[in-house]
Amino acid sequence: MAVMVGKGAMTNSIEELAGTDLLLVVGSNTTEAHPVISLRMKRAVKNGAKLIVIDPRKIELTKWATRHLQINIGTDIPLFNAFAHVMIKEGLYDREYVEHRTEGFDELAKHVEFYTPEYAAEICGVPAEDIIATAREYAAASGKAAICYTLGITEHSCGSHNVQSVANLGMLGGNFGKPNAGVNPLRGQNNVQGASDSGALPTDLPGYQKVERPGVREKFEKAWGADLPKRRGITKITAMDQMLRGKVKGVYIMGENTVISDPNTNHAQAALEATDFIVVQDIFMTDTAKLADVVLPAASFAESDGTFANSERRVQRVRPAIKPVGESRTDVDILLDLMKRFGVVQNLNSSSDVWDEMRQLAPIFTGITYDRLDSEGGIQWPCPTEDHPGTQFLHEDEMDSGMPGYFAPVDHIPPAEPTDSEYPLILTTGRRRSTYHTGTQTGRATGFELLVPSELAEINPFDAEQMELVDGQKVTVSSRRGSVEVPIKITDRSPHGTIFMSFAFPELTQTNRLTSDAYDFITETPEFKACAIRIDTIEASPPPTD
Amino acid sequence: MTTQVKNRLNVEVNGIAIDCGTDARVLDAIRSAGFDVPTLCYDERVGPQGTCRMCLVDVEVNGQMQQVAACTAFASEEMRVETHSDSITDYRKTILEMLLSETSSPTNCPKCVSFKKCELHTAAEEYDAKWDAFPSLVVREKAKDDNPFIQRDYDYCISCFRCTNICNDWEQAGAITVEGRGQENSIATFFNNKLLESPCTFCGQCINTCPTGALTDKKIVGTTKAENLERTKSICPYCGVGCGIHLLTEDGQLKGTEPDFDSPSRGSLCVKGQFASWEFVKSDERLKYPLIKENGSFRRASWDEALNLVTERFTSIRDDSGPDSLVCWSSARTVTEANYLMQKFARIGIGTNNIDNCSRT
Repeated sequence: MAVMVGKGAMTNSIEELAGTDLLLVVGSNTTEAHPVISLRMKRAVKNGAKLIVIDPRKIELTKWATRHLQINIGTDIPLFNAFAHVMIKEGLYDREYVEHRTEGFDELAKHVEFYTPEYAAEICGVPAEDIIATAREYAAASGKAAICYTLGITEHSCGSHNVQSVANLGMLGGNFGKPNAGVNPLRGQNNVQGASDSGALPTDLPGYQKVERPGVREKFEKAWGADLPKRRGITKITAMDQMLRGKVKGVYIMGENTVISDPNTNHAQAALEATDFIVVQDIFMTDTAKLADVVLPAASFAESDGTFANSERRVQRVRPAIKPVGESRTDVDILLDLMKRFGVVQNLNSSSDVWDEMRQLAPIFTGITYDRLDSEGGIQWPCPTEDHPGTQFLHEDEMDSGMPGYFAPVDHIPPAEPTDSEYPLILTTGRRRSTYHTGTQTGRATGFELLVPSELAEINPFDAEQMELVDGQKVTVSSRRGSVEVPIKITDRSPHGTIFMSFAFPELTQTNRLTSDAYDFITETPEFKACAIRIDTIEASPPPTD
Repeated sequence: MTTQVKNRLNVEVNGIAIDCGTDARVLDAIRSAGFDVPTLCYDERVGPQGTCRMCLVDVEVNGQMQQVAACTAFASEEMRVETHSDSITDYRKTILEMLLSETSSPTNCPKCVSFKKCELHTAAEEYDAKWDAFPSLVVREKAKDDNPFIQRDYDYCISCFRCTNICNDWEQAGAITVEGRGQENSIATFFNNKLLESPCTFCGQCINTCPTGALTDKKIVGTTKAENLERTKSICPYCGVGCGIHLLTEDGQLKGTEPDFDSPSRGSLCVKGQFASWEFVKSDERLKYPLIKENGSFRRASWDEALNLVTERFTSIRDDSGPDSLVCWSSARTVTEANYLMQKFARIGIGTNNIDNCSRT
């Protein structure tokens, strides 16, 4: 989305969702992955808004939906192109907005001419009437229609094109830069926004200032009193490939269970094992830490001082309530110490000092101070000056990029690994409400074993009957990369031909041994949402050895 | 007669003139004038119910005197409000004494003992309402429910229905409802199932809105003393919504968490934020000292030793193979400040832009 309008972040605020006229939720299992955001969606429905859910699974949110478009996995682009087709053909798009705020409309119009609702219906597996009705309703709610999406859009090999097709619709509806509207990626982890905001990206210095843009590097070189590398760096995905080829020899991993959370566990593990030296800084002996040469014990959030930035760009204070356990130290302390040993000269002693240095260098945070966060509560970036209230929604008078919004004509790209006779089912992965990510934290909360006792492979009743499976039966799920044992759960949440699993129980079921390492060629986000698998009953045939 | 469109109303509360919005309730006017009245059935997120009658106040409009429930009645132009007249104060005391007669002894109230004085007992203290002023009614039974999250001591329930309202209207989970009528009513799941067999998602909102000790966090209740408890404002460590929480500590020990009602999340949490945001911090499996791997197994090391080894090995790899042979992966789980330092370390400590975070996974 950044290439089209400026920044990849929620354009609007969570609270605003309650006041929309129409909500289009695509690839987001909101009641389970972002339960508190789903409250605002349910409130919107109660206030009379239409809620259209686009998801291959019959997720819980569909109970509140006015329409559920149960699309085939990985067919978002034809669907969104068909919405655009209807809006343009019927003259329902926001003409004035498109004329004043965007560029590339003619190319888009020509591009989507081909994507008739009937054509899209065939690919997506939803009725053409529903596509037409959705497009008309979205257009009718122009200026007060919000789109929310999550990893169901981005975790595909065509993830960035998916996002662009969604953003196209947002611009056609005139929904950027208005309250209760926008295009809103809901961020998955507590500080995933902050991690990117702070410049922990191979292409960006703090505050999304591009490494390779003239003047940027010089500014940081002056402030830091050191030379900066000129070329952009490599992403995690590329780094793992380079580890296997012997080009990357050392890695420092802070607070991430890479082996369990990354696709194709066997590949990730082999990559790390191929390096000469691994440092892991974490709060637990994770499967990734076990591979390390040095393990540094970090303090948890309850022992740390600093900030998290949430999904709506709100910077909020995190405060220590207790001392770090044992000899553990906060991530900030450890890194300040380490940098000294590397000869970095800096006058920083606390999180507050670090924040102040960052805000001086990154205009989007300049007006946010710890004093303000303490007295006013969280503040939403961009916040350029100390008397600026923060930004509730982006792109108000112009796109945040300072340029027009560019329409991006994109085409359907099917998932990288189609099903075949050997691997006839699709595996899609995601989260459940009462477990989180790799289970390092929820796995240690008492009582949670009663909510979801173990990993479950959710399968459609029709498929279960065909394969003569009963609820709770343990099966072997295999892909071309590996196999796991898991009990099945028969539920019509899963569509025909599709299995759903999370990855929160790595001790028994390492789901990411199955997932594919295909990834989006722009963002290098892995395709967690689709890979081909097969199911074998354990008694009938022994699991294939890998 | 012409009507003028006004943006603000002039209202007087206990002799103090204030102005408030045209859609303000009397309760909003009272609070913005710096006064307060007990509101046992009111949660701003689900709006006024007007059933507990504790917020009844005297108002005068155009010379007409009346008593209204401040939570439900709208403020109007030139309204004069009196919150603590003798008759109203007596009336509140009587209602409180009647409510107290339905409940077990205030000295054992689970919320007052383990967390902080509950709204019912705070009001009782303020209005000097006695527990034994009226003959005790048969109190409701504690719910026999072995779920590990929500303790249901219905001998402290006053039938305010905040729990059922928050469950059905705000969360829209539909797990609990009111069963029976009048004095016989109680809070129950449909068909009196256990909570674990109901649509309950264990978001904990019923606990947090309950104005008495009838609903409490089972993981914490009984392990803490309200008078020793300290609260530190922070943010839930799970997803990107960033709900506000308070970390509860006693003598420097972490005892649990509670939602922060002053944050943009308005006190909302999900099952993870409510019931899984602190035990992992206290886990015996936390890493407590640096470790260095030797011959395939880890041994304890000092910080100096560990950090010197990192410095030495990274420097030697950089000198042999160049800075781009090293990569740093930062974390979406830790504070922004640590992420900032990690990228600065990669860029000027090592000399590479090979810095990434887990946002892609």
